[in-house]
Amino acid sequence: MSGLDWKREWKPLALMVGAFLLAFYLPVGLSRFDRAVLEAFALVKWYAREHVILCLIPAFFIAGGIGVFVSQASVMKYLGPNAPKALAYGVASVSGSVLAVCSCTVLPLFAGIYRMGAGLGPASAFLYSGPAINVLAIILTARILGLEIGIARAVGAVAFSIVIGLLMHLFFRGEEQEKARVAAALPEPPVKRPLYQNALFFASMVTILIFANWGKPAQASGFWSAVYSVKWVITAVSAVGLGAILVRWFGMRWWKLALAAIPVAVAALVLPRQPIVAFAAGAIALSIATSTDGGDSGEWFGSTWGFAKQILPLLLLGVLVSGALLGRPGEEGLIPSSWVQRAVGGNSLGANFFASIAGAFMYFATLTEVPILQGLIGSGMGKGPALALLLAGPALSLPSMLVLRTLIGMKKTVVFVSLVVVMATITGMIFGALFG
Amino acid sequence: MKTIQVLGTGCPKCQKLAANVNEAVKAIALDCQVEKVQDIRQIAAFGVMMTPALAVDGHVIVTGRVPSVDELKQILGDAGR
Repeated sequence: MSGLDWKREWKPLALMVGAFLLAFYLPVGLSRFDRAVLEAFALVKWYAREHVILCLIPAFFIAGGIGVFVSQASVMKYLGPNAPKALAYGVASVSGSVLAVCSCTVLPLFAGIYRMGAGLGPASAFLYSGPAINVLAIILTARILGLEIGIARAVGAVAFSIVIGLLMHLFFRGEEQEKARVAAALPEPPVKRPLYQNALFFASMVTILIFANWGKPAQASGFWSAVYSVKWVITAVSAVGLGAILVRWFGMRWWKLALAAIPVAVAALVLPRQPIVAFAAGAIALSIATSTDGGDSGEWFGSTWGFAKQILPLLLLGVLVSGALLGRPGEEGLIPSSWVQRAVGGNSLGANFFASIAGAFMYFATLTEVPILQGLIGSGMGKGPALALLLAGPALSLPSMLVLRTLIGMKKTVVFVSLVVVMATITGMIFGALFG
Repeated sequence: MKTIQVLGTGCPKCQKLAANVNEAVKAIALDCQVEKVQDIRQIAAFGVMMTPALAVDGHVIVTGRVPSVDELKQILGDAGR
C-alpha cells in the first residue's frame, strides 16, 4: 500500500514545524535575549572555575563515602517500632544526611518508618529534613550562597523537622495506624571497621574541603587571615592523612599511593602559585588509585562516580537555566530584576510567604536550588525569603505531594505541606530580620 | 520458575540494579522472570525501606545497595537452588 502512514508521521512533522517556528522567531538581536544567553554561559564558566574542582569534587567523595561506609542498619534501628520516641525524632531529623544521600529513597523510607517503624511523627520529621539536610546541598549552599545561609539551612531543617514531626503526631494522634504486619527488611550491616577509623576518614576529607575553600578575608590580620595564609599547608597535611588512612585501614597498597603522590608533588613544586592544579592532580590520582582497587576503596569510588554522573548534568542544566533567566549576581537575564524585587525583595510577610509557597510546589533537582537561588538573590531577593525558599523548596514539589497523598491521604498531606510553608515563612522572616 | 523482583522508584540506582540483574541472570542462564516493582505502596508491602532492593519470589535478599554483576551471579545462583 503506497502513501505515508500519517498516524506515525505526524510526530516528526510536528517536531520539524515546531523547531522551525522556534528558529524563525528566535529573538536573537533583542538585547535582553542576547544578554541572557551570554549570562547563562558566563555563569557556567564561573561555576567551572570557582567551584567544581575545589568544592564539588571533594563533596562527591564525601557523599560517596557516606553512601558506602556508614552503617545504615544501625541508624535505622533508632527509627524502628520499638525505638524510644524522643530518640526517634532526633535521629529522624538528622539521619537524612546519612540515609537519603540518594534522594529517591526518601519516599520509600518515609513509607517504611510510617507503617513499620516509629510512626507518623518521626516519619514526617525524616520526610522534611531528609532532602533538606543533603550533604552535597549544604556544602554547596555554604560555599556559594554564604556560610550564614548554609548553616541556617542545616539548623532550620533539623529544628523544624522535629517541630513538624511532633505536630503531625499531635494532630493525628487519634488515628494511630495499625502497624503493618510485615517486618521491616533492614539492609545488612557491611561495616568491618571501628567507628573511629571511619570518623577520621571523613574528618580528613572534610578538613580538606574546608581549608581548600577557606576564603580570603577582607583584612590582612586576625585569625581568619592567619589561617588563610597556611590553608594549603593544612590541606596538604590532611591529604597525607587521608592517604595514610587509606593504606592502613582501607587496604590500599602503599605503592599506589606513592605513585599517586608524584604528580601532585610535581604540580605543587612547578606551579606553586596555582594550587588548583596540584589539587586537580590529587583528585585525578585519587580517582585512578581507588577505581583500580578491588576492595573498599573501589566501592567508595564507584559510589562517588555514581553521584557525579547523576548530579553534574542536572547541576549544569540548573546553572544554564538560572543564568539565562536571572543572570549572574549584579546582572540581568530574561527576568527583570525589578520583578524579582517586587515579588520577593525585602523581608515582608508577603515576600517570605510567596517564596515558601513557590518553593513548596516547584520541583528542584538535587543541587539545582543553589544556582537558582544565587540568581534570585543577585536579582534582588531578600535573604529572608531566600532561606524560606531553601527550606520549603527541596523538601517538597507538586509531584512528591501527589505521591505523598497516595501514601497518607489528602488531609495529612495538606497539613504537612501547610506546616512546611508556615515554618519556612517564619524562619525566613526571623533570619531576614537578623541577617538581612 | 522463579520470579526476581527489582524494587525501586526509577532512579539511576534502581535502573542499574535492574541492568545488573538482567546481565547476571543471562550469565548463569537462570530460568526466571525478572519484574520491576516501582509503586511505593507495593515496595512497602515487601517490608523494604531502603531502595533499591532485590527480592526472589517475594523474599527480600538485598536492600539499600546495588550489588555487582558478579555478586548477583552468586546470590541468584544460590537462590535458584
